[in-house]
Amino acid sequence: MSDKTDDYEAVVQASRGEAVADFSKARASALDRVQHALHVNPALVPLVVLLGSIITFGLLLGTKFFSPFALTLILQQVQIVGIVAAAQSLVILTAGIDLSVGAIAVISSVIMGQFTFRYGVPVEISVAIGLLAGTAIGCVNGWLVAVMKLPPFIVTLGMWQIVLAANFLYSANETIRSQEIETEAPLLQFLGTTFKIGADADGRGGATFTYGVIFMVLVVVFLAYALRHTAWGRHVYATGDDPEAAQLSGVNVKRTLISVYGVAGLICAFAGWALIGRIGSVSPTSGQLLNIESITAVVIGGISLFGGRGSIMGTFFGALIVGVFTLGLRLLGADAQWTYLLIGVLIIAAVAVDQWIRKVAA
Amino acid sequence: MEPILKARGLVKRYGKVTALDNCDFDLNPGEIVAVIGDNGAGKSSLIKVLSGAVIPDAGHVLLEGRKVRFSSPNDARAEGIETVYQTLAMSPALSIADNMFMGRELRKPGVMGSVFRQLDRARMEKIARDKLSELGLMTIQNINQAVETLSGGQRQGVAVARAAAFGSKVIILDEPTAALGVKESRRVLELILDVRSRGIPIILISHNMPHVFEVADRIHVHRLGKRLCVIDPKDYTMSDAVAFMTGAKEAPAA
Repeated sequence: MSDKTDDYEAVVQASRGEAVADFSKARASALDRVQHALHVNPALVPLVVLLGSIITFGLLLGTKFFSPFALTLILQQVQIVGIVAAAQSLVILTAGIDLSVGAIAVISSVIMGQFTFRYGVPVEISVAIGLLAGTAIGCVNGWLVAVMKLPPFIVTLGMWQIVLAANFLYSANETIRSQEIETEAPLLQFLGTTFKIGADADGRGGATFTYGVIFMVLVVVFLAYALRHTAWGRHVYATGDDPEAAQLSGVNVKRTLISVYGVAGLICAFAGWALIGRIGSVSPTSGQLLNIESITAVVIGGISLFGGRGSIMGTFFGALIVGVFTLGLRLLGADAQWTYLLIGVLIIAAVAVDQWIRKVAA
Repeated sequence: MEPILKARGLVKRYGKVTALDNCDFDLNPGEIVAVIGDNGAGKSSLIKVLSGAVIPDAGHVLLEGRKVRFSSPNDARAEGIETVYQTLAMSPALSIADNMFMGRELRKPGVMGSVFRQLDRARMEKIARDKLSELGLMTIQNINQAVETLSGGQRQGVAVARAAAFGSKVIILDEPTAALGVKESRRVLELILDVRSRGIPIILISHNMPHVFEVADRIHVHRLGKRLCVIDPKDYTMSDAVAFMTGAKEAPAA
């Protein structure tokens, strides 16, 4: 040590007055504060957009739009997409994507229907089998992603085709009609059960809810809790953020990924059940756009496609934004293409905001 | 003195490349051992075996005289060996407290913890804050700040604090000063000496000779996949050490 001639650090050592790890920082501009708030609470943007669009359509359309009936109609229209989007959020938080969500929902509903009607299995058990089938497909996705290390996009693109084809082959492209279900297995339509609050004497108007809507809200609340307040939730975020870092700091990344895809499969199967309630029948051709619609809701909801950022509440707001635009523009008498055009703008704007939030001052 | 951590005859091959060739390693209680070696000498492989990230093809590791087998970093961690990786292994979007407890979260007592599996944030935040201030990393206003909003030195500080908080037996530091400025490096070196003064032995991997010679009690020179020699920094110069590790000079008899 004695021959250390270039002791350049002695200077620093002498003038080392201030602490290096000084975590307090003066946040100067208002824009910085907005960015920080969004960073901490990424669901704020979609919430503002949602409230803004409700107010705008309310002003334009008056009570035609701003009534308990119309507003709860939006909830009914988004329930399926909302449930599927909750599943999609989980997967996207791990920096993955699930293109097979719609196919899983449909095949689960077909399995519930066919087991009841073709094999005469008690309807409760058929529903359970359908839910299990969805979970199993999800777990296969997860296994291929986590253990075989295949890109999620490819895995679920393949699974989408496989499941959809299996769905058509298995169901022989047959629809189980609504009346049959109503008389023989009403449990299949359980999530479509409606109840009203505040309707007039003739049963018109008022807030109309279905059990499917309630279920959607429950899924969102449950996932919000699990993601925020359990170790599993933290692991989902860490895995999406940086899988190597998560692994090294003690997270079982494989198990986390498989559980995420499995839970996503289960939620999609529930969406399939809700789908029977919504359309009344069991149709192998329904729900074809669910994958794209769910990704749209997730992106508008401010969840980063690069993983690890965003909240499930954002997705919920994202799904509602799409619902508000769809109904609002229809009530205004606009061409349906305007809805798609505006949603396209929202998607790009949402990703632009995401990129901006990521640019935190290091 | 019986070494607290001892490795004998470690072998690790990647295809035709032999990264570890019958390598030995010793760490005595309460000391800082620096591991130096040229690029590709197998330092990283050695450290990964000791930290559980890599399973050796042959050889064994003894912790306090007891044979241990690590099949994942979690196994090593459960034995009280903590590693601060060069990449720091932190999730940038999560908070300081979240990162410190990643993989070993605390749950609330009672039904909320056992049935609803709710995290005990208040307790985790308190421990995180205590550990950081113990190591003089305080002036933190917000323990829930995302790690990505911290500077390089601050992140390194949090990573070392995480290791010191849980590493009861050994702490491994992989290039802790490589990405830091002069001032921040100085702070981290002090942190290392501070951790040693608590009686926790440290393995330090570094390319920075002044840093190595300043803090290390012994220097393990790694060359061609094995331990070439162990030298006392008081007996040799930095140029000697560099000459040994590059093979320019014959190593002293061990």
